[in-house]
Amino acid sequence: MIKFDQVTKVFGRKTVLNGFSLHIKKGETICLVGTSGAGKSVTLKHMVRLLTPTTGEVIVDGECINHLDGQDLADCRSKFGYLFQSAALLQWMSVGDNVALPLREHTNMTNEEIDAEVRAVLRSVDLEEAIDRLPANISGGMKKRAGLARAIVTKPEIILYDEPTSGLDPVTSRTIDELINRLKDTMGVTSVVVTHDMISALTVGDRIAMLHLGEVVEVSAPEDFLNSEHPEVRKFLDAQYISRDFLKERQFSE
Amino acid sequence: MITREPVYYPPSSNPFEKFGRHILRLFGSIGRGAMITLRGFLCFRYMFSRRNSYEICYQMYVVGIKSLGVITVVALFTGMIFALQTGLELSRYGQEVNIGGAVTVVMLREMGPFMAAMILAASVGSAIGAQLGTMTVSEEIAALEIMSIDPIRFLVMPRLVALTIMVPLMTFYTDILAILGGALVGNSQLGVSLYAYFENALLYAETKGLYVGLFKAWLFGVIISSVACYKGFNCRGGAVGVGRATRDTVVVSFLLILIVGYIVTRLFYQ
Repeated sequence: MIKFDQVTKVFGRKTVLNGFSLHIKKGETICLVGTSGAGKSVTLKHMVRLLTPTTGEVIVDGECINHLDGQDLADCRSKFGYLFQSAALLQWMSVGDNVALPLREHTNMTNEEIDAEVRAVLRSVDLEEAIDRLPANISGGMKKRAGLARAIVTKPEIILYDEPTSGLDPVTSRTIDELINRLKDTMGVTSVVVTHDMISALTVGDRIAMLHLGEVVEVSAPEDFLNSEHPEVRKFLDAQYISRDFLKERQFSE
Repeated sequence: MITREPVYYPPSSNPFEKFGRHILRLFGSIGRGAMITLRGFLCFRYMFSRRNSYEICYQMYVVGIKSLGVITVVALFTGMIFALQTGLELSRYGQEVNIGGAVTVVMLREMGPFMAAMILAASVGSAIGAQLGTMTVSEEIAALEIMSIDPIRFLVMPRLVALTIMVPLMTFYTDILAILGGALVGNSQLGVSLYAYFENALLYAETKGLYVGLFKAWLFGVIISSVACYKGFNCRGGAVGVGRATRDTVVVSFLLILIVGYIVTRLFYQ
């Protein structure tokens, strides 16, 4: 569904992606993990052409998007929902208006239909009570859920999550993980999750890809990822006290 | 696309190369600013949709009504100061009756649009630069682009329409108040009767002066909105970047208002 083919991205003298190749399959949830500056968010931004590769190709549904513009780019982006790290809600609009915005802009739905749809989506992320509140007056976790509601209201095929659990307490983080899994089950979407949080990655990911210095150094299913011998993977897992038996231990404790 | 990647150049110690890059950056900025303005004008066709007209009315309210207080005070005192200074000099030759004409001509041709534009650049332009700058650094503009909502139509067009309508209106309001302020000083300080003041003002007031002044004001409205939107969209580097965008909006707007004001005067009064 999404393919990175030998993508290199250079900012000035800094090479952020270095011959990056990855194939994301339809319907799977893939987690991109790695240290800060490894190129995770840059990878995500390439998928919606907020950034353009210096060399290499980004292919979405068989089409190279490197040079898309105008309506073609809009059509490509309509396949995506994007949850930003900061949620990126428009501050002068209520949560409900933020979620309704893409529907008002791109559909011919009546106000009543939009209102019903917005309430349904907000209910699905447990946020219906905040429909009239401004983003400045809600918590970080609620902002993420509102951003997620806005990302899914147009029923996209692919959802990109940029650090969905960063800055959240563990309880709220697990709520977000459950939401990601629920969306996958109910909507059958393809998800790409950028995260530092290994517990989150192991909870939601069908596959986990480790980025290091702009390259994929490991990509495998969670069980195999935990047993990887790559030194960067081990260092990353050890830093979060994740043992090789993490999944078994969790299954046992549940 | 509004969300742009920063342009990087390899470091160089050659002063000619550095100078050349500054020139390239300058022309790049002018080109991008002009494109934002042009695309803003092309989006005028959407201005009558319900949501857009509501946003335009709100922006007109911000530009006009919310700036009314400061414009009223500045306009009145500008007229009063100008009348007093001119009147004191003219009274040495027994010509103080001509202050009505002097205040009217200067305000209509030059000072009205200039004062209104300066106030609106400092109050409204800086606010637009700061708002769009904050939206850029907090990725709200990128979010709009991913939702395929054109930031030019959604954000630039309403501000462009509001400023191109309201700056001429505020200029006319400034002209009237300044002339009234001049009358107040002329009558109370210089002993010029109100009848003589206004008779003299109407004698020298010419339609061309009013039209040229309002045309200048319209151009100033385009300048303020374009500079503010350009600086906001090209903001980088968090809170410091927003501060820089706000300051640059005011400084660049002031400079362009002065330069364009001179060029228009030169074109119409050769």
